[in-house]
Amino acid sequence: MSSQLSSQLNKPATQTAGAEGYNFAYLDEQSKRMLRRAMLKAVAIPGYQVPFGGREMPLPHGWGTGGMQLTATVIGEADTLKVIDQGADDTTNAVSIRRFFAKTAGVETTEHTADASLIQTRHRIPERQLRNDQILIYQVPIPEPLRFIEPRETETRKMHALREYGAMQVKLYEDVARFGHIATSYDYPVMVNDRYMMDPSPIPKFDNPKMNQMPALQLFGAGFEKRIYAVPPYTKVMSLDFDDYPFEVQSWEESCSICGSDHSFLDEVIMDDAGNKMFVCSDTDYCRERVEQGFTAENPEGQQGLTPEPNQSQQERKTQDDTKAEEMAP
Amino acid sequence: MYVAVKGGEKAIDNAHALMREQRRGDTAIAELSVEQIKQQLPLAVDRVMNEGSVYDPELAALALKQASGDSVEAIFLLRAYRTTLPRFGYSEPVDTEQMQIERRISGTFKDLPGGQVLGSTYDYTHRLLDFALLAEGDSALSEPEQASNNMGVLQSDLSANNVGVPQFPSEARTETKTSDKLEACPRVLELLNQEGLIEQSRADGEEDITPRDLTRQPVNYPAERAVRLQNLIRGDEGFLLSLSYASMRGYGDSHPFAGEMRSGLVSVELVPEELGFPIEIGEVMLTECEMVNQFHGSKDQPPQFTRGYGIAMGRAERKAMSVALVERALRAEELGEAVNYPTQDQEFVLSHTDCVSANGFVSHLKLPHYVDFQSELEMIRRLRKAASEASAQPSEDKADTAGEKI
Repeated sequence: MSSQLSSQLNKPATQTAGAEGYNFAYLDEQSKRMLRRAMLKAVAIPGYQVPFGGREMPLPHGWGTGGMQLTATVIGEADTLKVIDQGADDTTNAVSIRRFFAKTAGVETTEHTADASLIQTRHRIPERQLRNDQILIYQVPIPEPLRFIEPRETETRKMHALREYGAMQVKLYEDVARFGHIATSYDYPVMVNDRYMMDPSPIPKFDNPKMNQMPALQLFGAGFEKRIYAVPPYTKVMSLDFDDYPFEVQSWEESCSICGSDHSFLDEVIMDDAGNKMFVCSDTDYCRERVEQGFTAENPEGQQGLTPEPNQSQQERKTQDDTKAEEMAP
Repeated sequence: MYVAVKGGEKAIDNAHALMREQRRGDTAIAELSVEQIKQQLPLAVDRVMNEGSVYDPELAALALKQASGDSVEAIFLLRAYRTTLPRFGYSEPVDTEQMQIERRISGTFKDLPGGQVLGSTYDYTHRLLDFALLAEGDSALSEPEQASNNMGVLQSDLSANNVGVPQFPSEARTETKTSDKLEACPRVLELLNQEGLIEQSRADGEEDITPRDLTRQPVNYPAERAVRLQNLIRGDEGFLLSLSYASMRGYGDSHPFAGEMRSGLVSVELVPEELGFPIEIGEVMLTECEMVNQFHGSKDQPPQFTRGYGIAMGRAERKAMSVALVERALRAEELGEAVNYPTQDQEFVLSHTDCVSANGFVSHLKLPHYVDFQSELEMIRRLRKAASEASAQPSEDKADTAGEKI
């Protein structure tokens, strides 16, 4: 794990590539060193929010400056970068960030999840299972899971230090009391390594199970809140729930109109004035890959002889239950 | 058939081309030069320098031009440039007591050593549109004032102190260096200090501490005063103005007097490592404001006046005053006053002053939130389905009728 990070960290920065008048990947080396130290601390204490001297980036706060600072710091010349927003490579902000690094670091970019060594994301985790040699970098608007329960930083730091998370359980319980189940659909809080409560960034809770025991390193950057946190590879990440109201993810009755997938996160697209709609995969690369493999809406089982790629969310969804069962066993 | 939303790259290019065209406006009208902005919109330039945290009128003017005059956008441009600049070192503290006074007023004393200097100000102008400016002629309104203008030095009967002030001819420009013959202008609040009526700006024997640089280190709460001041000085002028207004209107415990406001050039000194002594590297225009506030005293301390301090780059009195007022309100806790209002709450104020952050976070709502919204859609459909199934049962269906009323 740490060898993976340090191999990223030890890549020599170069002054040659990149935009004129700026260092490789925009940030100066002193700033990168400061960020690396914060990152190492974050990896060493999974889920703990490490304050860092956030730099101004040439994109507005709230548009991915935290993620960009992390990407700028770990990226090396040999990296291949993928940037997604809402699961798609072609949303305008993803395009803008990808171009920024193509310009300032001169690195290869890709839309293929499998080909990327670094993936910067906003609001989604790719459907395809990530590997140990990949790093997933999340853009985080508000890093503090307790922020809307307790707005004061001085208080929330204390709550984390004392592992005093009852207030969040109460909030979830109130949901159950009012609606019959937990009514948080994204930004769903998790416990990391049984110690820190962590905000997974506003990913849909559909993606939460993918974080658990993920082979890839997960880094989280909140730019204007000046916080970094991390989940090292193969770390336990459990979504909060109750024994009698277990965590569950969204499901759709429909399947993707393009690739026929019935197990990926679907975006709803309104087709006409009458409100007719269709559903398509939010992860555009996953959808494309399935189409290439011969899956279609008419033929969701795929062509003869082809088996679907192992789907991470289905596998990992079991893991939360499995992990629980293991804990209950002794 | 649905066509995937592709073409983001091209759309961005086109949007930027359109923006450049819009910024240029009618090409039959001469293009505005950066030098013109710097010379003729100096107050806009000063605001961009302040919140952009760079003393460079030319770059600030460039940013204003590039941002079509949007100050928040211009501040952002300057900040994003600033962050990449290397740090050669930190200057010595500037001594504003040695300021070459261009304007100096006090709301607490009619006359004082060094005198009051009205300088250039919009105060006391009648806010009447000057249609001569519209006709691109010289301002009609300002001419009679010019005739009697002696660099705006207030002539008061009592002001024997002003005898030594040279009388500048009316054509004297503001760049004219104020003569060395001007007598020293000690700070007004230090005069009160001699009687012990006002708190010391530092405890006896307290050394200068090098303040933390909040652009390099994150703020930890509670933040020390130097960090709070840095934050406020970079903060959004409008936000600080409104907060200080609130603190005076009752949402705060503020009963201020403007002890002193001064602006002028101050020399900046740096100690290069290889020399070991300070050398002057230039001059900056600063506006400084010291507010006098009441303090009712505590068990340990008799009642005395307290200070609120504000300083800003360029001619920025509104900013300097707002900073001084909010700064004082934020001292509530350390002075043992009750913290009842947002204006006295460090975390509330300091976390929300930055216009670059505020603008970024508010405008990020323009980014796609398809996934989160989809999650909410799914959730609300499920909740409504559950509700309608429950109300379909023959029992009381209050929920349903209540829903229809809305």
